[in-house]
Amino acid sequence: MPIHYGSQVEEHNCVRTAAGVFDVSHMTVIDVDGEDATAYLQTLLANNVAKLKVLGAALYSAMLDENGGVLDDLIVYKTTSGYRLVVNCATRVKDLKWMAKHASGFSISVQERPNLSILAVHGPLAISIVCKILEKNEFLGNGSGEKVRTLKNFQSIKLNDWFVARTGYTGELGLEVILPSEQAPSFWDALLDEEVKPVGLGARDTLRLEAGMNLYGNDMDENTSPLSANMNRTIAWEPDDREFIGRDALKNHQLEQKAGNLAVLVGLVMEARGVLRNGQKIICTELSGEIAEGFITSGSFSPTLKHSIALARIPTNTESCQVLIRDNLIPLRIVEPGFVRFGKKIFT
Amino acid sequence: MTSYPENLKYMRSHEWVRVESNGEAVVGISDHAQAALGDIVFVELPEVGTIVHLRNEIAVVESVKAASDVYSPVSGEVTAINEELLETPEMVNKVPYDGGWFYRIQLSDETELDDLMDAETYSDFCDEN
Repeated sequence: MPIHYGSQVEEHNCVRTAAGVFDVSHMTVIDVDGEDATAYLQTLLANNVAKLKVLGAALYSAMLDENGGVLDDLIVYKTTSGYRLVVNCATRVKDLKWMAKHASGFSISVQERPNLSILAVHGPLAISIVCKILEKNEFLGNGSGEKVRTLKNFQSIKLNDWFVARTGYTGELGLEVILPSEQAPSFWDALLDEEVKPVGLGARDTLRLEAGMNLYGNDMDENTSPLSANMNRTIAWEPDDREFIGRDALKNHQLEQKAGNLAVLVGLVMEARGVLRNGQKIICTELSGEIAEGFITSGSFSPTLKHSIALARIPTNTESCQVLIRDNLIPLRIVEPGFVRFGKKIFT
Repeated sequence: MTSYPENLKYMRSHEWVRVESNGEAVVGISDHAQAALGDIVFVELPEVGTIVHLRNEIAVVESVKAASDVYSPVSGEVTAINEELLETPEMVNKVPYDGGWFYRIQLSDETELDDLMDAETYSDFCDEN
């Protein structure tokens, strides 16, 4: 996927108003099957796969190391034979090694699927266009469109060799289509024939940032607690006897958090002209009046809102934030991470 | 296809200048520059009346990718600024030599133009770098 196919801002706006397609085949698809698949993933992941009661259901989870640091974030889907995981590209080798290391004692198979491609199609028109194309005989044929159209959010379905899911990284309605690589070029062409716009990495980043979604490597890494990455809700503490890797360390992070010693990930809004950039220092005034420092983990211009937004890691007792840009101290608004949903501003 | 209009002079830092009559000139950034910067989202322009010297910072361009300083290819006094860029900065991307102009300047030393590159030299310079 290139950074853009012409204009990053135009591609972004197209996803918010019509439909765009991302070639995200660089992501890693891993199938975990076998009789111990559930028990294995219950050990491996901070969220609990036992929550997935219905075939095709999905959840978002962190994978932690023993210190409670985030090794990766991923989506898990329940399949007929076990589970399908989609993990990041840059963490592929690390993740597979980790998964192999913790597989002993479990009757499972862990199988990467390098022959699958992934095309993500998102925007208000995305689902109806994809359903229309799937109906073609060269793809999934009669009746497939209706099955996909009725998918609920965070639900997936397997149709022949294809796997279609209502998950995504843009804050818009849409589908992630995991398909045999040899069919990907003609599916791509069919999408473009329906006026779906190719969208690059640049717009992918501004879309996910507007949606308040984390990017591994920017917003968190192995040295970050999920509790400092706005991932508190993805930790399944119940049942309290589920021993997942990192649980004990995470309990300590929780104590640190209660004592006010753990940094938090927040959203920042800058209404003044200018752009917040990754790594920029944030000047944080605490409730006590003391000045402390935070920093921007993901910053950019929001094409939908037409001003800059960011995710930033700041001390927990911060009352107000400012940033220094070209000798000017600019005030920022602290908001919950998440700025745009379905094309509309969601913070006040 | 990057364009290098023949009637302009260019600086190594990718600004262009178009000399008009009575010692006035118009300044902007080149097609090569706007393509490298990506979508431009904010432009900071000087104030009318600003006295600027050759190669001093005179404007700032913020694209989605990065913030970039614009340096004046000539010395003189700023006589007008393109206020449309404040609302529609994307004009710099779309029409860098036309509607995407940054400022007009009353030249104080026309000999400075001799040190600037013509279109062919600038085009070769861009290809090399």
